[in-house]
Amino acid sequence: MRDAFARTIYDIARSDPKTFVVVADISPAAAMAPFLRDFPDQFINVGLAEQAMISLCAGLALRGCTPFAYTIATFSIYRPFEQVRDDLCYQNLPVTIVGVGAGVSYSLLGSTHHAQEDVAIMGGLPNMSILAPCDPAETVLAAWACAKHAGPVYLRLGKAGEPDLTANAIDPFVFGKLRRVTDGSDVCILGYGPILKTGFDVAKGLEARGCSVSVVSAHTVKPLDEEGMAALFSRFEHVIVIEETSVRGSLGTDVKRLAWERRAACQVHTFALKDEFLHIYGAHQDLLRAHGLTAAQILESLGDLRPSRTR
Amino acid sequence: MMTPTQNGPFDATASRARCRKFRRRILDISQTVPALHIAPAFSCLEMVDAIYFGLMRREAPDPDTFILSKGHGAMAQYCVLEELGILAPEEVAGAGKEGGRIGMHPDLGVPGIEASTGSLGHGLPIALGMALADRTIGSARQVFVVISDGELEEGSVWEALMLAPTFKLTNLVVLVDLNDFQSLGQISMIHPNFYPMLPKIEAFGWEATEIDGHDPQAIVDAVRNRKGNRPFLALAKTVKGKGVSYMESVPLWHYRSPNAQEYALAVREVEEGQ
Repeated sequence: MRDAFARTIYDIARSDPKTFVVVADISPAAAMAPFLRDFPDQFINVGLAEQAMISLCAGLALRGCTPFAYTIATFSIYRPFEQVRDDLCYQNLPVTIVGVGAGVSYSLLGSTHHAQEDVAIMGGLPNMSILAPCDPAETVLAAWACAKHAGPVYLRLGKAGEPDLTANAIDPFVFGKLRRVTDGSDVCILGYGPILKTGFDVAKGLEARGCSVSVVSAHTVKPLDEEGMAALFSRFEHVIVIEETSVRGSLGTDVKRLAWERRAACQVHTFALKDEFLHIYGAHQDLLRAHGLTAAQILESLGDLRPSRTR
Repeated sequence: MMTPTQNGPFDATASRARCRKFRRRILDISQTVPALHIAPAFSCLEMVDAIYFGLMRREAPDPDTFILSKGHGAMAQYCVLEELGILAPEEVAGAGKEGGRIGMHPDLGVPGIEASTGSLGHGLPIALGMALADRTIGSARQVFVVISDGELEEGSVWEALMLAPTFKLTNLVVLVDLNDFQSLGQISMIHPNFYPMLPKIEAFGWEATEIDGHDPQAIVDAVRNRKGNRPFLALAKTVKGKGVSYMESVPLWHYRSPNAQEYALAVREVEEGQ
């Protein structure tokens, strides 16, 4: 995803000469080389100064530029939270904050590097949008959407090596719209970011039980496509939300609220990170297991969920 | 190096007269709201006036920018904007009142306001981004910023102080309202190592100097005569609440409106002032 972003930002800069990449000593390294070669004055490393990174981007945007602030997800929004709130959201400026390694993907580095609450925190800010593409191809489309969006966006990325999930997606990528990747009729699995891969694994397990499953990328976590959600409620018996963010203030929370407000008849099942700092280390998958977020654990939690075929 | 600030004659006597008028205006407004940041505005009035009338080039298409990073001094900027006809008198009179659009801190979208401030430590790094954009685009615009001395305690200010010389932002001018007071008391008591400040700023790579922040001519001269090969910062020594004896350097007056008797005394003093 990092490389997909780096390639795309080069293309964005070619179409908009006022594109800036402002990093805080973290960069998508080798993949940024063409950008550095062709737009050396538009790549700014502020060093370890995340507050200045965000405010400086606000200043650039106030001069009509299109800035992308880039660093590890935790550092991109937690350290400079007030700058994000006051300088970007309060002034409603077109600045994209690119947070890499969202969720617990920096699995060896401990909770200081885990963006667990980022969706809740960014989602609470007026004017802030959250985009979380699920694979490199969606990252390209999301980065373009950020470049064209009129307000602040938190672009929540994974790291590297994510598999391609959307090559044969049914729906195109549209900012603010749910995107069907595969279609089914009984169960809808909804997710965003790289953990949508787990959604596909869960879908396989359910399909083995005879369920027809649709997998949907909720890449625009905020603003949530409420009409699209309502359509899912009326179409499916079960809606399963899988996300790599804290259970509090998550997409799952939004989906449950909406289901209640719309008097949805479907069952909503939500899976998210625990509201805990886990002092464990290992592979990304090990961390997800500790949070109960592997496909096997999710399938087990779903029990004998099967289609009733009554609708 | 040429410093592309205004270089026409600057009338310091007229500046002092305006500042007397502004002080009276702020006192009058204070009688219509429960509380007002009078002392912080009185502290930076001459600086804001000198920037607008002696330093900024305000003509289109590339006018200079002013950011009041110590947003609680907003009344000083509103008075100047009113004087320039950018804000209507009824708008300024309506500060902080229901139905009006100006409050106690500058808010982007209000005519003449180029950044929302209020929380300290934001204006200077925002100005950095503007100055960087201007330089990259090839614009001759200058960015002027007033920060407070208490604001120099914010870490984000030091991030910006480190970065501006790194980026060689010679189009950035910072004036520090050095009144030696923050809300709870005297800066030199709260931070015994705050002073000396000048060598700290210079060590970060700025062209820096000390001036009298209530002397409009000194402010204009210091900025116009800068070498201009590095970002410029002036530590402008001021008196918080300048012009009203009982407000001067008294923390209580950071955010407060005088009663009728206090108001009458304050009006007499500012109108008799220099």
